[in-house]
Amino acid sequence: MANLTVALDQSVDIRDSRPRFYGLRRLARKMVKDRLALFAFIFLILIFLMSILAPLISPYDPTTGDIFNRLKAPGVSPGHILGTDALGRDMVSRLIWGGRVSLRVGFITVVFSSAVGVFLGLLAGYAGGKTDTIIMGLVDIQFAFPGMLVALVFVMVLGPSELHLIEAFAFNGWMVFARLARSLVVTFRDGPMVEAAKAIGVRPIKVMLKHILPNILAPITTLFVLEVARIIGAEAMMSFLGYGIQPPTASWGLMIGEGRTYFPMAWWLIIYPGILVAATVLALNVFSNWLTTAVDPLQKGQSG
Amino acid sequence: MKQPHDILEHVTPLLSVKNLKTYFRSEEGGVIKAVDGASLHIRPKEILGIVGESGSGKSITAMSILRLIPSPPGYFAGGDIVFENESLLAKTQKEMRLIRGKDISMVFQEPMSSLNPAYTVGYQIMENIMLHQKVSKNQALEHAVDMLKLVGIPSPEKRVHDYPFQMSGGMRQRVMVAMALSCQPKLLIADEPTTALDVTIQAQILRLILDTKDKVGSAIMLITHDLGVVAEVCQRVVVMYAGKVVEVAYVNELFNHPAHPYTEGLLSAIPRLDETRDRLTIVPGSIPNPARMPEGCRFHPRCQYADERCRTEQPPLVSPKPGQWVSCWRASGVEGSEADVAATAEA
Amino acid sequence: MAQYILRKLLGAVVVIAGVSLLVFILTRVIGNPVDVMLPLNATAADRVRLAHQLGIDKPILTQLGEFITGVFHGNFGESWYEQQPALSVALERLPFTLELSGIAMALALIFAIPLGVLSALRPRSLLDKVTSTLSMFGICVPNFWLGLVLILIFANTLHWLPTSGVGDWRYLVLPAITMAVLPLGRITQIVRTAMLEQLREPYVVTARSKGLLEFWVVVRHALKNAGISIVTMSGWELGRIIAGYAIAIEAVFGLPGIGSLVVDSIGQQDFPLIQALTFVIATCITLINLLIDMTYPFFNPRLKFK
Repeated sequence: MANLTVALDQSVDIRDSRPRFYGLRRLARKMVKDRLALFAFIFLILIFLMSILAPLISPYDPTTGDIFNRLKAPGVSPGHILGTDALGRDMVSRLIWGGRVSLRVGFITVVFSSAVGVFLGLLAGYAGGKTDTIIMGLVDIQFAFPGMLVALVFVMVLGPSELHLIEAFAFNGWMVFARLARSLVVTFRDGPMVEAAKAIGVRPIKVMLKHILPNILAPITTLFVLEVARIIGAEAMMSFLGYGIQPPTASWGLMIGEGRTYFPMAWWLIIYPGILVAATVLALNVFSNWLTTAVDPLQKGQSG
Repeated sequence: MKQPHDILEHVTPLLSVKNLKTYFRSEEGGVIKAVDGASLHIRPKEILGIVGESGSGKSITAMSILRLIPSPPGYFAGGDIVFENESLLAKTQKEMRLIRGKDISMVFQEPMSSLNPAYTVGYQIMENIMLHQKVSKNQALEHAVDMLKLVGIPSPEKRVHDYPFQMSGGMRQRVMVAMALSCQPKLLIADEPTTALDVTIQAQILRLILDTKDKVGSAIMLITHDLGVVAEVCQRVVVMYAGKVVEVAYVNELFNHPAHPYTEGLLSAIPRLDETRDRLTIVPGSIPNPARMPEGCRFHPRCQYADERCRTEQPPLVSPKPGQWVSCWRASGVEGSEADVAATAEA
Repeated sequence: MAQYILRKLLGAVVVIAGVSLLVFILTRVIGNPVDVMLPLNATAADRVRLAHQLGIDKPILTQLGEFITGVFHGNFGESWYEQQPALSVALERLPFTLELSGIAMALALIFAIPLGVLSALRPRSLLDKVTSTLSMFGICVPNFWLGLVLILIFANTLHWLPTSGVGDWRYLVLPAITMAVLPLGRITQIVRTAMLEQLREPYVVTARSKGLLEFWVVVRHALKNAGISIVTMSGWELGRIIAGYAIAIEAVFGLPGIGSLVVDSIGQQDFPLIQALTFVIATCITLINLLIDMTYPFFNPRLKFK
């Protein structure tokens, strides 16, 4: 038995199965080469910084207005570069705080949906048999669900709030991760690495967490970014309809919804938040695309 | 010494490729000279073998004849292809389409993927027939059934409605042959038609090509890397190396007196029953990168006879005796009758 | 083949039942419509009376039993606000949305297929780059916002088209375009990817070697094989229009479709109507998926024999 272990260890180096995420420097070099991705990345960093530093950089309080200064066009009223809304609140401040909300909803939702989805996907793929059938059956059913409708009902029943929005989205978003994780596990499960680990008596759960999970991290990350983009769009739509973020909190979608009443004459109320939603979603998509090619799991599989 | 082939040397070729240069622009901006001055010709009803390693430019030459080189990145940098006294390179796309599938047709290497999985084999044969002959759909179907019968597919009136996935690899290749011969082409180009098949099926398909050729009366250009196949079926052989023709000869001449060191190498790689050897001799080294061809004779880095001249100057294709052409300083040094490349094609 | 369809049908029933059950649980177990329907100062007696009137004071299993028997008779109860059978209220609004989404889909396909094919034929050309960029934008721009921007430009500023409401064809132009943009982007991308894949296949060279016109090589040979991906994506997008995009877009343009009814019924917490709407929308999606599945054998004849 001891001999066998050694032999296996030599043929397949199990310990070295962790992904070699390309060195940061190498990733950075790739990024600089791809202008579009670089641009998207810089934009995302700016949006991130803006959201994190909102309390410091926001020129006004986003929720208190100045009723004598309402519906001022950009540049008309000093101190309000992008104008004010119907309650006289500063647009710049609301856009900054709105981004904070959009990103928060996006990230928290996807952290939950990916955690649940990846766990169930790993379980389905690794266990196989009945567990697999049941979990993937649920995934198939969920895929056919009218997600937006279910989210609306969910929020209607529980009452609109950021938390309930996140719950509704996470409930509708886990299955994409489950499907991806399962498909990745199935390819790795039958690979030599896991075979070898099992042969030398490593416990299944340990094999899963230690050897499979790191190998599927790259594609999961890509999907994560893509899902954050999707949720940001969905949050905007729900808030626009009035079933998402509630006033007086600022959210890009809510700002568009509130601006709708006045927008033929006050175009800035909807144009700016809309551009920010579109640009953020676009940047996340571009970044995710770039990530797919930069951290190719197949290349890694061959070198690692 | 009068060769029996000599009389053949005066037959007008069906198709001549003259100093053909098919280049590709690489993504990095360089030029890949896939075919770089290749000359050969084929006579009516002749079976000509083209041999060479993969990357020697033999498939590109074939695709060039049908003008199926994707452009960009591919383009013709020089030379000409003459079919029945007309330049194919001078033809318009429309004129070319009338030739493809009718006068010149092709059988490809991969019988699995060379047929469209979404259509029945009958449809795919009929498509070719109806493109080039004024016949009704029913007549085309009848013709397709006849063709399937010709290539030895059992119960053809039933199989004509089969999809490719319902057939074995050998069957599909028979379908490809049926399709290619359906309009009685004057020239059939078969690009490694048996490489992807089992050995037993290989022999059947070769037999089939030869048999049907006699019935249809086509000339065949058989592209292969298998000298055994060449010995079995071809009358003449063209040996290609790194985008150039290095030797042309009648089969028995080539096998008995190879003139080019590369041919020599290829021949010694074939195991023979009448010899006992410890190991197979193969030509050492590998085909050069087409983006960076060596100076002088392209074969010199792998050639055991290479000298200073070979490293600097390209040898011309010369004819040491009737019916034989070779591109090597050794050959042209031994016997005279030097000729320029263009003249080769006229022969 | 029959077995395949049967299995798909069974799956469709499971999905519709699953969604209906989920909404049932959400509305009956967690939510309480009495709070919404009555003013804050309503007495306890008023609340009990209303609960009894709506039939939500019975034990939950009884309610579920009644619900299920109702569904089998096509009866989702009366809409609390419209005082009409909920299913007919929902079905009344369906044709409009189907018409609008049909126009939007047609619009998307008319542009997406040629653009995707041309991009695949000339990868990295100017056309390909422009098309890729535009389809990426189409996917990322929130469509309800795009609708507002289009209104701002074409209705309020240029006065070419009406802002909202129903009437002749001009009222459908902006909503249809707004609805088409996202599917257009997605389908263009999938056509391009699928065609790039197919054009690399050897059978394409075979088709060319027959002397076939390049147009037919691309359309008859490559496009047919790319068909499954294209049709699948189109089906998904049509489903997403009906179950998602229509909700916000109909609200933006004030259109009387099933999407704006969703928004209204949720605002009014009209449970029977929400239930009926969920059922109708889920059925639409599964029917679309089923129809898409049934086209597969045309593109991949292998499936005919399974």
